[in-house]
Amino acid sequence: MIDAIKFRNYKENTYKWIFTILAFSSLVFLVGIIIVLFKEGLPIFKEVNLFKFLFGKSWYPTYDPPEFGIFPLMLASFWVMIGATIVCVPLGIGSALYLHELASFKQRAFLKPLIEMLAGVPSIVYGFFGMVIVAPFIQKLFNIPVGLSLFTASMILGIMAVPTVCSITEDALSYVPKSFREASFAVGANRWQTLTKVIIPAAGSGISTAIILGMSRIVGETMTVLMVSGGAAIIPKSIFDPVRPMTATIAAEMGECAMGSKHFHALFAIGLILFLVTLFFNIIAEIISRRYRLKLGLGR
Amino acid sequence: MKKILLSLMAVSLFTNMVFAGGSITIAGSTTVLPIAQVTSEVFMDNNPGIDISVRGGGSSVGIASLIAGTCDIGDASRAIKDKEIAKAVDNGIQPKAHVVAMDGIAVIVHPSNGINKISKKDLKSIFTGKISDWSQVGGSGGKIVVMSRDSASGTYEAFMGLALDGSKTRSDSLLQASNQAVASVVSRTPGAIGYVGLGYVTSQVKSIPVNGIECTKATVLSGEYPLSRPLFMYTNGEPEGVVKEYMDFVKSAEGQKLAEEQGFVGLK
Repeated sequence: MIDAIKFRNYKENTYKWIFTILAFSSLVFLVGIIIVLFKEGLPIFKEVNLFKFLFGKSWYPTYDPPEFGIFPLMLASFWVMIGATIVCVPLGIGSALYLHELASFKQRAFLKPLIEMLAGVPSIVYGFFGMVIVAPFIQKLFNIPVGLSLFTASMILGIMAVPTVCSITEDALSYVPKSFREASFAVGANRWQTLTKVIIPAAGSGISTAIILGMSRIVGETMTVLMVSGGAAIIPKSIFDPVRPMTATIAAEMGECAMGSKHFHALFAIGLILFLVTLFFNIIAEIISRRYRLKLGLGR
Repeated sequence: MKKILLSLMAVSLFTNMVFAGGSITIAGSTTVLPIAQVTSEVFMDNNPGIDISVRGGGSSVGIASLIAGTCDIGDASRAIKDKEIAKAVDNGIQPKAHVVAMDGIAVIVHPSNGINKISKKDLKSIFTGKISDWSQVGGSGGKIVVMSRDSASGTYEAFMGLALDGSKTRSDSLLQASNQAVASVVSRTPGAIGYVGLGYVTSQVKSIPVNGIECTKATVLSGEYPLSRPLFMYTNGEPEGVVKEYMDFVKSAEGQKLAEEQGFVGLK
């Protein structure tokens, strides 16, 4: 009898340890990635000073002497992010509002999985679609020299981020307590007033989180921008100029640069900057969503 | 304790015997790297027990390591320089060149483009940014969209050396990640010009002659075509043993076919 209990405790403890190790393994990976990023990225600053690296205007990593100015790359990432956000915010929030407020049960059962399927399409398929169909179409439509541009990249990435924005916004809307809506109706507000004056403000920080996570997804996206943004490391003067975001640079050049070279370290330094940017976005999103839980009385 | 030591020794002896087949170290040009990688993989599959390690680093690194004796085969996308030969002789090394494939780079435009030839000088002006409109090179006008490869790729390096004499490409050129991507984008962009390895020219793009010479297998092999060059592997003297076996494999019909699959022009 005692032996059986002992055995059970032993078994339970084993399981406990296994799951503890599993839970902490992702932490180990994260720490590993951070260490590697710093270790491989920082050596470039011995060769090029930080200011020149961040604000230098030409990126000729293999030319002799090489130039490592990532300003055009950072600007490209920034503009693509802004452009894609302009596309994905109305689409994502609009569809979430429709799904939550207006859609019948049948429409919802049909639309929601469909929007989520957008998230399941591999990014290379978006890239291929953009390169082969969208870019030539835009090139003919606006009669511009080439369709691979900031504009095309923003459009495709914006569509890719719709599921992220939509599903988090919808979650935020569904967290708004029913009592809020009922109270609003009780004082005589109509459906539109309830939506704009009560539901959206109450879900506001949740919606902001959705937008920020959408932006973070856009900044980190690689394969699609590599294929549709054109890849010219210039400071864009119009939305139809080709650009070269940071992720695309790393993806395109890492495979062919010599390990341990300056170029290699410079690419890691770009990765480090990207990591810090997305970390910043995620921290902001976390802070906002925590505040919002407290505001609605859902805090722990 | 003694037992463990003894068994360890036995194991190490045994492994030494297994790998007695030999090992080859290859270093050098990133252009030749894909040929070295693919051929050594197939060679190792066919000859278990032979171990080949392949490193990049560039042509100069390849020749320098051969001179220093740290590799058996030095890859180079250029011929060895007199200075390097002198240094090799000082070290008691006799570099022997083996041409393993040819690199031929075709200049491609959209099929609807009226232009039918280009001079090397105009090509350089286009890619370095001096010419930006098709009318300046005898075309029907319109902005030239310059497609280039990523600056880390071997094709880029070759094109920069052969067509641009080492000058920088214009900063607004569109960089594509692969030869296929360049061909695909050029085939969909009426104003585009790009360059790809001869093996990547498709019917959807127009390959134009440079200095009046068309880019074909024959003109690349004869060296007539301006954007062509031989690719070398250097060995110390006549290759012997496993190195000879490997070099023979690279030059065989099978090895040359593998090189062509990587976008180079085979010698056979």
